Amino acid sequence: MARKEYAFYPGCSSQKGASASNYLTSVESMCKTLDIKITEIPDWNCCGASISYAEAGELPRHAMNARNFALAESNLPGQDIVATCAACWLGARESKERLEHNDRLMADTQEALKEAGLNIKTIPEIKHMVEVLIEDLGYDELKKPVKKPLNGMKFAGYVGCQTNRPFGIHGESFENPVYLDKLIETVGGEATPYDQKVTCCGGALAFSEPDKAQAQIKDIIEAAYDSGAEMLVTPCPLCQANTEVYQGQINKKYGTKFQMPVLYYSQLMTLAYGGSAKEAGLDGNVIRARKLEEFAGK
Amino acid sequence: MAAEKKHAAYICSGCGLGERLDIDALEGVAKKDGKMQVVRTHDFLCSQGGVAMIQNDIDNDGVTHVAIAACSRRAKTEAFNFPTTAISRGNLREGVIWVRPDTDEARETTQEMAEDYVRMACAEVKAMTQPAGNPNTGTVKTLLVVGGGMTGMTAALEASKAGYKVVLVEKTGALGGWAAKLYKRVPTREPFKAPQDNGVADLVSQIEADSNIKVYTNATIAKTSGAPGRFKVDIAVESGPTVTEDIGAILQATGFNLYDVNKLPQLGGGQANVVDQAGLEALARAANGGAIKRADGKEVKSVVFVQCAGQRDTSGEHLSYCSGYCCNTSIKQAMYFKDNNPDIDTVVLFTDLRTPGNGEDFYRSAQNKGVIFSKGVVSGVTASGGGCTVKFHDLILDDKNAQIDADLVVLATGAVPNSGVNIDNPVDAPAAAPAEGEAPAAPVVEEKPISILNLDYRQGPDVPQFKYGFTDSHFICFPYETRRTGIYTAGPVRRPMDIAQAQEDATGAAMKAIQAMENAGLGKAAHPRAGDLSFPSVRLEGCTQCKRCTVECPFGAIDEDEKRFPLFNESRCRRCGTCMGACPVRVISFENYSVNTVGAQIKAVNIPDEFSEKPRILILACENDAYPALDMAAMNRNEYSAWVRAIPVRCLGSVNTIWITDALNSGYDGVMLMGCKHGEDYQCHFVKGSELGRYRLSKVGDTLKGMNLETERVFDMEVAITDMDTLPKKINEYAEMIQGFGPSPFKGF
Amino acid sequence: MSNMNEQMAAKYKNNFLKEIEEQAEMGDWVKMCMQCGVCSGSCPTNFHAGWDHPPQEIFMMIRAGKREEVLTSNSMWQCTSCYNCYVRCPRKVPITHIMHGIAEYAYRLGLAPKMQPSLHLSQTFWNNATKHGRVNEVQLTQSLYFKDGIGAGIKKAMEMKDVALGLVKAKRLNIMEALGGGHKCKDVDGIHKMLAKAKELEAKRKAGKAAGA
Repeated sequence: MARKEYAFYPGCSSQKGASASNYLTSVESMCKTLDIKITEIPDWNCCGASISYAEAGELPRHAMNARNFALAESNLPGQDIVATCAACWLGARESKERLEHNDRLMADTQEALKEAGLNIKTIPEIKHMVEVLIEDLGYDELKKPVKKPLNGMKFAGYVGCQTNRPFGIHGESFENPVYLDKLIETVGGEATPYDQKVTCCGGALAFSEPDKAQAQIKDIIEAAYDSGAEMLVTPCPLCQANTEVYQGQINKKYGTKFQMPVLYYSQLMTLAYGGSAKEAGLDGNVIRARKLEEFAGK
Repeated sequence: MAAEKKHAAYICSGCGLGERLDIDALEGVAKKDGKMQVVRTHDFLCSQGGVAMIQNDIDNDGVTHVAIAACSRRAKTEAFNFPTTAISRGNLREGVIWVRPDTDEARETTQEMAEDYVRMACAEVKAMTQPAGNPNTGTVKTLLVVGGGMTGMTAALEASKAGYKVVLVEKTGALGGWAAKLYKRVPTREPFKAPQDNGVADLVSQIEADSNIKVYTNATIAKTSGAPGRFKVDIAVESGPTVTEDIGAILQATGFNLYDVNKLPQLGGGQANVVDQAGLEALARAANGGAIKRADGKEVKSVVFVQCAGQRDTSGEHLSYCSGYCCNTSIKQAMYFKDNNPDIDTVVLFTDLRTPGNGEDFYRSAQNKGVIFSKGVVSGVTASGGGCTVKFHDLILDDKNAQIDADLVVLATGAVPNSGVNIDNPVDAPAAAPAEGEAPAAPVVEEKPISILNLDYRQGPDVPQFKYGFTDSHFICFPYETRRTGIYTAGPVRRPMDIAQAQEDATGAAMKAIQAMENAGLGKAAHPRAGDLSFPSVRLEGCTQCKRCTVECPFGAIDEDEKRFPLFNESRCRRCGTCMGACPVRVISFENYSVNTVGAQIKAVNIPDEFSEKPRILILACENDAYPALDMAAMNRNEYSAWVRAIPVRCLGSVNTIWITDALNSGYDGVMLMGCKHGEDYQCHFVKGSELGRYRLSKVGDTLKGMNLETERVFDMEVAITDMDTLPKKINEYAEMIQGFGPSPFKGF
Repeated sequence: MSNMNEQMAAKYKNNFLKEIEEQAEMGDWVKMCMQCGVCSGSCPTNFHAGWDHPPQEIFMMIRAGKREEVLTSNSMWQCTSCYNCYVRCPRKVPITHIMHGIAEYAYRLGLAPKMQPSLHLSQTFWNNATKHGRVNEVQLTQSLYFKDGIGAGIKKAMEMKDVALGLVKAKRLNIMEALGGGHKCKDVDGIHKMLAKAKELEAKRKAGKAAGA
């Protein structure tokens, strides 16, 4: 039996062939090393994300998340839910909080759930994978399996918004959370200080208002370069995609020469634990992390 | 006290002094130059053994005067405490070794510095007498409280609880003041969400039940004379005889009046449906929890509160300050409406909502109750339809033509202190009584403030005021102290404040007044020289009746006797020495601080000749801020020039110009004067001392010119206690400049 | 839709604040704003042109009864859901949710700006996500590109072709999803019933509040 078991909520972007599929690859490798068992919630559905606010309204969004709670509770009893996507985690946590504090909303939600043949008794705890790592295991445990520390490599930890606000990771400040820096250091890398650590990448507005979002992304990448970082590291699929895939367009528009790989923390950990480039999902990076690929090959 | 004087010097070699200095040479200096009859050294003078050695000499060897050459006079005061003996301190640690580098090159000049401080300590103690104490003390322990509002009632009860008798004088027929007119007051307790009972009835019944408190209503103060511990106060009671009470200390709690709403016609002042905050309280009292009705009987369905009406005014026409309580009051008054009927539109127009303390919770509670708060500046209130139209500039939406209609408009007009006559303003000051045979002066049309205390002091009938008519007090260090010793002010007469703050103020001031009575009974000074037994004495045969001392005393301690000589009221004196500094013929002195005690130190310094390239710079440093700053610079090991010799003074106001001319005449190359900040945001512990001192010393320039010296040789510096890092730099810059001037031509004369 | 707008306006008469309190998600917090402006200064979009009113102003306008101006504003639609205003608000006003809530209400009343790109994204995203229970990223992208017609869609797709190609190469964009493949929930039917019920209950509750206004 694994030392920890969780009801896993991968979220839409982590599925095969989707925009964060390499996140899932690296998370699975990392969890294997750490002896964490993650079991997908059967038939889980989309959390609705923040952007659905206008079309969805309030109750339908909570109903979507509630369906996942009910499925987790009945199929994987006693297990906390763990999400890897920042938006999934936030959406689920928001719904949990509202439902637990608003009896009328809970009653309405139960009524809607009934239509799908489901029911909630107790909403499980909802954790982000980062919380599993630093709270349930702790930095010391994370350090133990390190076989190949990422010595001499400089990373800018890009925390972004939704793992940081409004809930955040316990004990961290909104303005300067340090957990990501600590994770980088735990696996032997150097976390460079820079002032855009919690700046918004534009989120969903990268689709609807690309010019505005790209201006924000430019500031983030620029600050990371200025800090001496070679790569960006993030805990969020949308942050990862936004800061990575638009660098080419930003270069065209602003005359910059950005070419900064953007990694997930789980990719760094997989590599430091001795995993291969493939196990770390490095082939999923649009801007290839050549230095890490070489490192993995050694 | 022993009739024979015997002088002794004790030199400490602890704290590194022995390693850095030639102690044997210092011993020689104390004997030869200091002419001390007994000279001893000790390697740990402040230890039990060291102190016992001194005590033994005092007890068994007849030593009456002790010069201690060790650390700063601000250090080890408990160890070196010999109450019957005159003590001086040579500051070898903070004054010498801690501010000088420990190098071979510096050794000679450091030793010279130390030797001079030994000479100075010996010279000072020889010029000193241990104070015998003030014989003219009064031991009355009754507190007079003037004003029976929340502040006065609280002060009376607190003093009584501490075991003191109180005489409480109220000019109206009942206790309670403004608070009694309130329907309810701003909450003082958790959860700070709703208005609460005004609390007046409770305080009044406590006072009535208190046998320590004697209350005079419909009464005013006809005359106050005397000094702390022995005031005589005549109380004029309406339709009754004047009563004289013996009083130990006075607490003035005379509160405020609302700024006159009629001075604000553009905001609707004077219109039927516009009231001030007191007007709204009256309507709320009449409604007593029911629907609030206007004067014309119409039920109010919409109300607008205009904050800062005639306050924080930049035009100079109205009050320029914030009264501190009005925001919370308007929040409370808006709740009067909302608590009765949540559908009444209540809008508060403000520029900055200021809700000190737990007012923030109260503010939130009002928002929860649906009171609308809008950030805007009101430009006009006009009568329209059955109510008013309020025109304002919406500051958030930058809409200059925003407007709201309301049945009633409430103007938060703020408070004007009720502090009596402004004795510094010749218009307010009472006209001198016409000389015999002259016609009385023409009656003045403008209404003059009426004196509250009717002090028979030479300097005027009330306590001095600061800005805007609030009474003067040392805002940071001694907030309740006025510039009349033993007289304290508390509450909104002192600065703008609300009831809760006024009650706290009352308690603090009552405690200070009790302290003052106790000190007065023992002949001791009040702060900042608390416990000091010295007092000024004057050699009347030398006095020219110039009156500078009586005019300059910041505390009104000096009257005139029938022959027009200065008459010192020791118990009113704060021992700053401003009189001594002011006296052109130098006839005023303290037993332990005089023109001589400082002058002797100045003369004791060894002035090297003009070829030595060793300038000498005299520092006269205020003991309250500048001298501690020098000590702290030393603790941080901030080095400064070896040319300086520092002497602490009680206040820049006590510096007599003779010290400066003497110093320059005897070959000093420069003089630095270090005193506290003066002016509107003064820091001077004696309020006016540094200002008066600076004014006096500004005339020294002419003297310097007369001596053919550069005027920059005398340098006046503002020093705060926090300047320990910058002060040494400034000293060094000054020393460099002095060196640039070349040696003073007066050396060797 | 405009009919609903008129109905609501009539029901709440001149009390727009109350209307927002009852009809917009977290709207009952609007009155707690103390107009310090920290939200406005914290908004990442504040540095870009084209947004009418920061949250502080929106709240003030609600209190001032500027109904039409608020509900037709493009401001709420600028929100990136970064929650910076939310965590910095000294009054703990959940500004992010209120902005979403007002936007949603404006949309419900038919007053949201026409062709508002973030509104379109919201519609597309939710419809895409709920169609099969999970997002189909390729179809989502297609609908977004082609919202302004086929010509504009092709142009947009050409602009973005490098981005798309990169993702395809990295196996993070599966073209096959365009052809009805992609991930789906098993119990799509149950999800649809559940959502229909939720929508019905929410509409009922909000109408009930308006009726009591």
